Amino acid sequence: MPLVIGIPAEVAAGEKRVATVPEVVEKLIKLGFAVAVERGAGAGANCGDDAYRAAGAEVVDGAAALWSRADVVFKVRAPSLDELGLMRDGTTLVAFVWPAQNPDLLQRLAAKRATVLAMDSVPRISRAQKLDALSSMANIAGYRAVIEAAHAFGRFFTGQITAAGKVPPAKVFVIGAGVAGLAAIGTASGLGAIVRANDTRPEVADQVVSMGGEFVAVDYQEEGAGVGGYAKVMSEGFQKAQRATFAQQAKDVDIIITTALIPGKPAPRLITAEMVQSMKPGSVIVDMAAEQGGNCELTEPGRVVVKHGVTIIGYTDLPSRLAKQASTLYANNLLRLTEELCKTKDGVLDVNMDDEVIRGTTVIKDGTITWPPPAPKLSAAPPAAASPKPAKPAEKPKGHGHGGGEPPSARRTAVMFAIAAVAFWFIGASAPAAFLSHLTVFVLACFVGYMVVWNVTPALHTPLMSVTNAISSIIAIGALVQVAPPLMTGAADRPATWILGLAVVSIALTTINMFGGFAVTRRMLEMFRR
Amino acid sequence: MISASLATVAYIGATILFIMSLGGLSHPESSRRGNLFGIIGMTLAVLATIFGPRVTPAGYAWIIGAMAVGATIGLYAARVVRMTQMPELVALMHSLVGLAAVLVGFANYIDPAAAGQFTGAEKTIHEIEIYLGVLIGAVTFSGSIIAFGKLSGKISGKPVLLPGRHVMNLAGLLVVIGCGGAFINADTVAEGMTPLIVMTGIALLFGIHMVMAIGGADMPVVVSMLNSYSGWAAAATGFMLSNDLLIVTGALVGSSGAILSYIMCRAMNRKFLAVIAGGFGTEGGKPAAKGGAAPAGEVTPISAVETAELLREAKRVIIVPGYGMAVAQAQHTVYEITKFLRERGIDVRFGIHPVAGRMPGHMNVLLAEARVPYDIVFEMDELNADFPDTDVAMVIGANDIVNPAAQDDPTSPIAGMPLLAVWKAKPSIVMKRSMASGYAGVDNPLFYKDNNRMLFGDAKKMLDEVLVALKS
Repeated sequence: MPLVIGIPAEVAAGEKRVATVPEVVEKLIKLGFAVAVERGAGAGANCGDDAYRAAGAEVVDGAAALWSRADVVFKVRAPSLDELGLMRDGTTLVAFVWPAQNPDLLQRLAAKRATVLAMDSVPRISRAQKLDALSSMANIAGYRAVIEAAHAFGRFFTGQITAAGKVPPAKVFVIGAGVAGLAAIGTASGLGAIVRANDTRPEVADQVVSMGGEFVAVDYQEEGAGVGGYAKVMSEGFQKAQRATFAQQAKDVDIIITTALIPGKPAPRLITAEMVQSMKPGSVIVDMAAEQGGNCELTEPGRVVVKHGVTIIGYTDLPSRLAKQASTLYANNLLRLTEELCKTKDGVLDVNMDDEVIRGTTVIKDGTITWPPPAPKLSAAPPAAASPKPAKPAEKPKGHGHGGGEPPSARRTAVMFAIAAVAFWFIGASAPAAFLSHLTVFVLACFVGYMVVWNVTPALHTPLMSVTNAISSIIAIGALVQVAPPLMTGAADRPATWILGLAVVSIALTTINMFGGFAVTRRMLEMFRR
Repeated sequence: MISASLATVAYIGATILFIMSLGGLSHPESSRRGNLFGIIGMTLAVLATIFGPRVTPAGYAWIIGAMAVGATIGLYAARVVRMTQMPELVALMHSLVGLAAVLVGFANYIDPAAAGQFTGAEKTIHEIEIYLGVLIGAVTFSGSIIAFGKLSGKISGKPVLLPGRHVMNLAGLLVVIGCGGAFINADTVAEGMTPLIVMTGIALLFGIHMVMAIGGADMPVVVSMLNSYSGWAAAATGFMLSNDLLIVTGALVGSSGAILSYIMCRAMNRKFLAVIAGGFGTEGGKPAAKGGAAPAGEVTPISAVETAELLREAKRVIIVPGYGMAVAQAQHTVYEITKFLRERGIDVRFGIHPVAGRMPGHMNVLLAEARVPYDIVFEMDELNADFPDTDVAMVIGANDIVNPAAQDDPTSPIAGMPLLAVWKAKPSIVMKRSMASGYAGVDNPLFYKDNNRMLFGDAKKMLDEVLVALKS
């Protein structure tokens, strides 16, 4: 009897997301589960009941029926008190739970002997990235923040020169280059705006640049990365320097998007009322930290307000405003989690608390609160930040010059020359003249070969080898002259048969090489065409 | 019959043609002419020898017969060999040159007509020349046979490291020198034969031992080194026979192979001696140095359809082929994909690492076979800086040459080896049969990088699927 995964409709006001989409339903069924979806659950995310049914899910009327039917419940938001009432004892729940903010809810869930996996508590280690729903939601929120800003902003983002006059590009300043910030930078620069960004963690500067932004550094030395790759609270001196930087930017830019969050703390107040006042009329601020109190003093969470001529957007439901996309990505995150929980693909969940990822995500196991988990050992931040080590520049190409590489030191050259001189003196003193003339030829030929071969393009190294191989069958000449030499003296005791045999075999062997080598080189070179 | 002077002049012509032949290979445009020069030079040299003063008409029948047999086998082999098997064929051919050098050396030694003309120091030098020629020839022969076995998979590619192998080699060397002394001091041919045969046996064993100890990843070095040896064997034979053409040609081939070996070693940041001494990382770490922390994290698999989507949406693509492409015979499909993308205006280029494949230039030959235009095939240094602007970097069956551990982990056995920086591309896609490590036996942190995707499966099969998905 497979476990039934239940997908209730979200009850929070304005929440349009749904915890799974039809495409994922199919995959869940492949893992061995049965899936039940509340009627109308996907309506806000353009997922009709028919689509769920076609994917193999059972569509259930009403929340009560669904909760009683489900062994495992996938949700987006934490369950409301009403929903808790409907929940069966021993149910497994997967949702954004925010255990730190909701201790009361945790107690109630524990009382239900539930097993709860909090998607907001997935450890920030690379293995868990595929189920990191916070990142996938932040990505969407960052995109949507720019869209909201563009909607409220009275001008183009991109600069244009039109027949009706010149349009300057919009300037966007993004505070906090986490996932949401980077998504915002990418979206805004994609629309053609000039994008600048700041973060307390200097190591993200490269990422900012890679998304098309320009990194604005705060002129103050302090290390900004905390545990798990998140930001931390900065010193007073830093904050002062930071405020000066932001005040300067506020005067210049048209749009500010703030994403600064510190885990477990209220959002830092970065944009003061004076800064808002200094902005040009018609400017827009999107405060993505509104839910945690906002990065801007004048933000009103959940609302859009206009103060000092500046539109301040404090929406707290940005991902839900892109419901289809958010639902799809969240559903995929849940699917990955399900795969981790059900490695046997037999429709049974195994909450393996020895697995670092599952341990971190699980906040209640069979009614026992297991939150907070032991601190993760690995930081997602690049270790380079802890031990500043200049990136090793790529090895300089040494060029195919003669004798490539650095010139040898004078001393080594001198020693080598000395050895060579002694060797030559020895040879010259003892060897006969005939040998010396051969030696001359040999040494010169080595140099000629050296000069010629350096010019060979690397693409032709294989043909070079096969052609030199063919040429080395010149050794056939050695065999040829032994087959039937003109005999002058001492012919009587010559083991002619032996020599002939050896020579003929040698000729046959080298001819294989000679013909084969040239033919195969030719075949290869024929293929090198533009 | 032509006179000795005429034969010598013909030899000079052949020498020049050989040099021009190598020079012609400096560019693909002129390379076919270069090969032609080589053929003409060889024909000239052989004809001048046959009709020269040192061969009497009595031998013509034998020569023609032997050459006909050799030519048939050679042409047949050249026709049927697949481009992916080039390294094996080249290694096998080197062994023939080595064997021929041994046989010619023996024949020369037992021929009183050849030896009788020398006395005193000349005789000693002549005997040293024979001795060296046979020595180099024997090492080339057995070494090439083993290299052939390793390349064709008949022998395991793993380095075989016998205990005390350096001592064994040293002992072998001493015996060879000792035999050399006995050989030179021998008064009769029969007396000198024993040390010569003993030395040949040791040289054969040494050749086997030397190549057995070299790991599969170092094969490009081995193949080019054996190429070099076959040249030196020819040169030594030339000294033995007092034939300048052989000396020059042997020296050309020898230095060509030596330079290629040097280029390959530099491409792997290895010392030539360390490669020859055998095994991987002989100085310090063990062959499979698991010293560094195994890369943590999860690999992200990708499907062929998703790969096709990424490719279709890319503007700039770099393909990095490796030995896996050769094994899977995937080069033609690679080209089909390339052609399709290029017709769409997508900039596709190939990045070739100097030691990709099993012999120098191996990848270029395969791509040329698939008719990939050579002006979109680039060397490592030419496009390494372009990866950050690349939308998709596709690694097909390569591993060690894209292993960032070589750069980041100083304890890695491949530390310091220059790399193709595929991980800087927006996503990199690695096509591989499994998570197994490469020939160097080193785990590859690239697979665990966030922007890397793994496309598991046989390269040919997966690329076919990608192509189908692209066209649909």
